[in-house]
Amino acid sequence: MKLKVMVSLVSLAALVACSGDVLDTGVAGNASGGLGSGGGIGQAELQNYEPDSPEYFTELIGNTVYFEVDQSVISEDSAAVLRQQAQWLNQNTEYSVLVEGHADEQGTREYNLALGARRAAAVKSFLTDLGVADIRLATVTYGKERPVAVCSSETCWSKNRRSVSVVERESGG
Amino acid sequence: MMARIWTTVVLVATLVFAAEHVRAQEQRVPLRIVITEGVIEPMPIALPTFSVGNPGDRELASRITAVIVDDLTGTGLFRRISPDAYLSSDTGADSRIRFADWRAINAQALIAGSVVTANDVIEVNFRLFDVFAESEFGKGVRFTSDVGSWRRVAHKIADSIYQRITGELPYFDSQVAFISESGAKGNRIKQLAIMDYDGANARALTDGTDIVLAPRFSPDGGLLIYTSYETGTPSVYLLNLRTGARQAVLQNPDMAFAPRFFPDGGKVVLSLTIDGNTDIFEVELGSRKVRRLTSSAAIDTAPSVSPDGNWIAFESDRSRRQQIYIMRARDGEPRRISFGEGRYGTPVWSPTGDYIAFTKQYRGRFHIGVMRADGSDERILTASFLDEGPTWSPNGRNLMFFREEPGELGGPSIYSVDVYGRNLRRINTPQFGSDPSWSPIRR
Repeated sequence: MKLKVMVSLVSLAALVACSGDVLDTGVAGNASGGLGSGGGIGQAELQNYEPDSPEYFTELIGNTVYFEVDQSVISEDSAAVLRQQAQWLNQNTEYSVLVEGHADEQGTREYNLALGARRAAAVKSFLTDLGVADIRLATVTYGKERPVAVCSSETCWSKNRRSVSVVERESGG
Repeated sequence: MMARIWTTVVLVATLVFAAEHVRAQEQRVPLRIVITEGVIEPMPIALPTFSVGNPGDRELASRITAVIVDDLTGTGLFRRISPDAYLSSDTGADSRIRFADWRAINAQALIAGSVVTANDVIEVNFRLFDVFAESEFGKGVRFTSDVGSWRRVAHKIADSIYQRITGELPYFDSQVAFISESGAKGNRIKQLAIMDYDGANARALTDGTDIVLAPRFSPDGGLLIYTSYETGTPSVYLLNLRTGARQAVLQNPDMAFAPRFFPDGGKVVLSLTIDGNTDIFEVELGSRKVRRLTSSAAIDTAPSVSPDGNWIAFESDRSRRQQIYIMRARDGEPRRISFGEGRYGTPVWSPTGDYIAFTKQYRGRFHIGVMRADGSDERILTASFLDEGPTWSPNGRNLMFFREEPGELGGPSIYSVDVYGRNLRRINTPQFGSDPSWSPIRR
């Protein structure tokens, strides 16, 4: 009897240790997600995007601008991109934007959340100054939680200090 | 779904330990470790496998003994003399002790115990002896609980031994809330999780659908407060560890993060980001009344309240780079206390209130350190590519933090270190682990 208890403890421990990507919550069938859809080589034919499509905004204008270390100042390069973003948004008023602010891994978690928020706010303010309505622009910070480049050197860090303007068709009203 | 997760938690939480009251016995103190900054030669102890009346209890007895040994030797303060060297074999808690046999192998302390199980109830007795004084050190104690909680019984015994010999408060029977991380670095799955202080009994409290960050215990250990992205933006939630009930702390669209409790448990401090600017606020949990505590254009975040409730430490870049400030909890001007080279963040007040632990960044390296609450007596305890997020053991003698290995395949692990920078140890977690928060001692 006692031995049984021990055995099940051991096998439980082994189970936890080997369970796939997600730590077992003890709840059946909720092991959502696994690895992201990374890996492999993608191939796609080059597109001629319609100028009023979100793909045009994302791919041709560019939805991402970058920042210096610990800064939220909009650089000249970034300003050029954001001016085109504003122009597109002013012509395609049925879309709204979620501006995501991100930081590189070289910082503490809370500070990077605040820094990402500062970057997102800087982009939002740049866009509103160019006439995009405030209510069409929401912001969120991801701090260092969602890097796009995963090496641990400046090559990657410079890509992660960014804001991303995610266009979404307004859901109504 | 949450209900099922919580069944086990409730079982554990409602356990009752029947322990004979231990009266701190006045003794002249040959058997004493005074924990100081210098190098400490571990005290050699004899700790034979606890005896059993029933051979069927042998495996359990050896597991319990192993946990006690791990707890004590894990402090770096004790060294177990190998059982192969023991001359005496008869060490039942009630048997006569032949001190000469233990003195011969240079054991300073002898811990003898016994294990009995009956109907899924476990009863463990132990006695601590001062070998050279040839006397019992403190009174023997009997712990009774259900068999499933044998690890807690072992921790309680180790706590009792540690407390008697060092004169410090105990910390082994405690838990750590943390974030269990899995998946690719660019798209980590993060789950709220909890484990014993030594990494045993780890289990997840959320399913990984939403990013969750930095859980912190309430002062009584019954609640966790943490940040979750379930609405799409970071916001702060309370989780009742007994019932599994969960609720949002604030109903507003602002971004909120970095929550921690006041020591009375009735209020929390956190950061709110409004129009891109992050300041510190307190929220009264009963009324949900929000009060602003800082208002600068700088980033003010990572607040921590002193154990007396009168002071708040936080980090701010109001002097251009991240530094640590303290201010009165009621009102008053923040005063900068960190003046060393580099950047300072994540201040955490020690349970005794005399020290503040922090994360320091200097020349591309990260360190965990401690300083007095006035900023003096800074000690750097660790160094690596990325050490972050200290949390204090309930007795203020140790810290946990997480250390991130660099690169695409790198990830965070939880480590512990003592307040003098000794005894750095990695805690085994089922997956990557970050954002540890040490619970109070369990009752």
